[in-house]
Parts: sequence; structure tokens; C-alpha cells
Amino acid sequence: MHLGKRILVAKPGLDGHDRGALFVARALVEAGYEVIYTGLHQTAEQIAAAAVHEDVDMIALSIMSGGEISIVERVVAATKETGAGAIPIIVGGVIPKQQRPALQDLGVQRIFGPGATSLEIIDFVRSYLSAHPSAERDWQSS
Amino acid sequence: MNLLDRFKSADQWALSRAITLVEAGDPEGQALLREVYARGGRARIYGITGMPGAGKSTLLRNLASVFRRRGDSVAIVACDPTSSFTGGALLGDRVRMGALFDDKGVFMRSLASRGHLGGLSLAAASVITLLDAFGFNVVLVETVGIGQSEVEISEFAHTTLVVLSPGFGDEIQASKAGVLEIADVYVVNKADLDGADAAVKELQERLQFLGANRARDAAADTESSHVSWLPPIVKAIATRGVGVEEIADRLVAHGYFLATSGRLKRQSRNRAERQLRDLVSVLVARKIIARAEMNGDLEQMIEAIEARETDPYSAARYLLSCWFP
Repeated sequence: MHLGKRILVAKPGLDGHDRGALFVARALVEAGYEVIYTGLHQTAEQIAAAAVHEDVDMIALSIMSGGEISIVERVVAATKETGAGAIPIIVGGVIPKQQRPALQDLGVQRIFGPGATSLEIIDFVRSYLSAHPSAERDWQSS
Repeated sequence: MNLLDRFKSADQWALSRAITLVEAGDPEGQALLREVYARGGRARIYGITGMPGAGKSTLLRNLASVFRRRGDSVAIVACDPTSSFTGGALLGDRVRMGALFDDKGVFMRSLASRGHLGGLSLAAASVITLLDAFGFNVVLVETVGIGQSEVEISEFAHTTLVVLSPGFGDEIQASKAGVLEIADVYVVNKADLDGADAAVKELQERLQFLGANRARDAAADTESSHVSWLPPIVKAIATRGVGVEEIADRLVAHGYFLATSGRLKRQSRNRAERQLRDLVSVLVARKIIARAEMNGDLEQMIEAIEARETDPYSAARYLLSCWFP
């Protein structure tokens, strides 16, 4: 069965650096995932639309140029409106340490800094998704 | 509300989850498909194929916009190959399409082939059915013109578009049997490049042979009228939106041709037959292999073949023998 294998890799905002995102996308493909890559300059609503259309199990946001709090806030709000339930979010990129608690409060499951290896990321995704299968996500009440 | 109710009330999330379940062969997905199947049959299904680099994605984006402007709701299905080594797939067809989705009247789903040999996943036909049943007026199905997927898509679509571009040199010459034959509309994209007119000319020459075949088929066809469709060749520059309105017009015109010539009915029958045969084959094979795996017969036969104690045909017949004595 292929349930629990779809990851959205998204580049929100004005940030034009996609090398990191593509690196992670390819690593996840190598690890057996179906990776939907959005390309650059996505709005929160476009990211939410992709997450819904593609029924992804997790959203991976790549943020290299700041604005992480407001970006994550808007993505969380936009996905909530779709009635898909709370889709788990991870964030990768250049995220100042002092911003991390706020991101965690918004519901981000894990933050990966520039030094994170693909192995770390894949291990996390694998164990998170097996512990929290999207088939059991609560979307009925939303 | 449960999934079925949300699907029926035009909730796109429910549509998406239904697609996931059907793709996975989940019984809940199949039950939902059964419930909504009768609602389908109204969408216009267009298959779009062509070599990578021909500009399909850009064309797709523009076509979707044109149909939206004309008042249709549009669903896009983008099919990409699954890696046979890792089981993963990079589904990048949404790139540069972002602005399309600011409009709720456009939906897009990326499908990985998931090991299906033809390139199109087994569930693709069912996914198209769900989109149709959900209520989309137009379903655009994009496949890459490698392998047999482009031939398959022509069996599921009403109208098939093949996109070519100049600068591929011998692309038309090298096109294997089937790729060119399936097109109802040809697009020579990047028509501003050198070689565009030459590409059109080559296509026209190639089509002369096809035209003769089609006329003969039409004459032998006693069920529909003896009119045949001559596939038009449209030059386009998708990046500038040039030619896209004309392509849309030709797609619609082909739809009229199907309806007035009686072909539509025959297509529909062929599609039903094709789906049924495919599904029966897969389900039967699965059952037989599952049992053989469980009772050790499969492993036993594999070893026997390796040791040359039996041949694959005899081994297969042996596995079938408990079901079909």
C-alpha cells in the first residue's frame, strides 16, 4: 500500500534559493516518497491548495530568506480553511534559534537548519509518519 | 459528514482523499467509486502527451486558463514515472502553475506510475472517473511521451493531443509506431524556432499514410457514419499564449465530431471493456500469486525454474491448476 508516502516540498514567499529544497526533494524521492515540488514564490493559499489537491501526508517548507513566522502562520491558517485537518509541517532553511519556539507553538513538528543531513530528515519523516498516519488524521470535525 | 457526503457536496478535500484511497486500492475508495460512478460521463477528457521539453506544462497551463475563461471547471491529472529502484517519484508538474490555483475552479493531481508497466498507473482511469463524477467539465490528462503511456491515455481520453517541438531533429522520424497515430490534434510548439515549418511539413507527409489508413477504417466501420477526422496541425508558442485558443477550438471541434459521427458511443464502449479486462487480469493474478506465496508454491516454482527443472510456462500453469483444473 502506498498510503502515507506523499510529501509536499514548497518554497513560500520571495525567497529565490531553491537548491536546498531540491536537494531535500531528491533525497526523499530516493527514500521512496512521492514528492510534489511546487517551485518558487508560492503564496500560503497556493501551498494549501497543493496540500489539499495532492492529499499530502506532510508539508516541508523551505525558508532561506526570513519571514518564517508570518509564512508559517499563513500556511497553517490556509490549510485549516481547506477542511483537510492539521497537516504536519516541517521547516528547513535558515531559521534563527530565537524563532524556533514560536514556530513550534504554531505547530511546526521539526525544524532543520542548514547543517541537517538528508539522513536526519528522512529518518524524522519516516518515524513521524509511521507514528501519525494521515489515514488517522482528524478531518471530520474541521 | 463522512467522506461520501463531503464528496457529493463538492468538497475538494473529500475528492482528494477519495483519489488517494482509490489509487491505493483501498476498499473504502472502491465503495465510494461505486456510489458516485453514475454521476460521471459528462466531462470532456483530453489527453496531452509529447516528449519532455516540448512545452507541455506551459501549454497545459494556458489551455486550462482558456477553458476557465470559457466557463469550464478544469481538473488536471499529471502522470510521472515512479523509480523502479526506489519506489519514489518526483512530481514536479505543478511548478510554474501556481497562479492557476488561485482560482478554485482548477484542481490538479499528480500521479506516480507506481510500477505500472505502461507508464500510466492502473488507477489513473478511476481517478479520471472520480474527477468526472465530482463535476469537472474538462479533465486534462498529461503524460510523458516515453514508454507506452501515451498510447494508453488515448484509450481513456475523448481527444488526444500530441505536442512536438522543432529542434528535436529526427523526433518525428524516430517516433515509434503509436505515438503519432494516436493524435487527434497535433501541436508544433515553440513555433518561433527554426525548423518549425519543416516539422509541420514532415508531420503532414507522415500523416498522408495515416490518412489513408483512417479512411479505410472509416469505410469498414458499419456502425458510424463514413466520415473520418483529419487531425489538424496547430502551430503554437505556448510561452506567449499564441495558438492556444485555436487548440482549444480544435479540441471542442473533435468533441462535436465524436458526437455526430457515432464514435463517442464506440469509444465509451471500448473504454468500459478495456477497464474491465485490465481489472479482471490484475485481480485474478493477484489472487493466484497471493495464494502461491502463502503456501510456498511460488518459491518452489521459482527455484525449479532456476534449476531448469521446469520452464516458466509449465510453472505458471501449475500455479493456475488449483484454480482452473
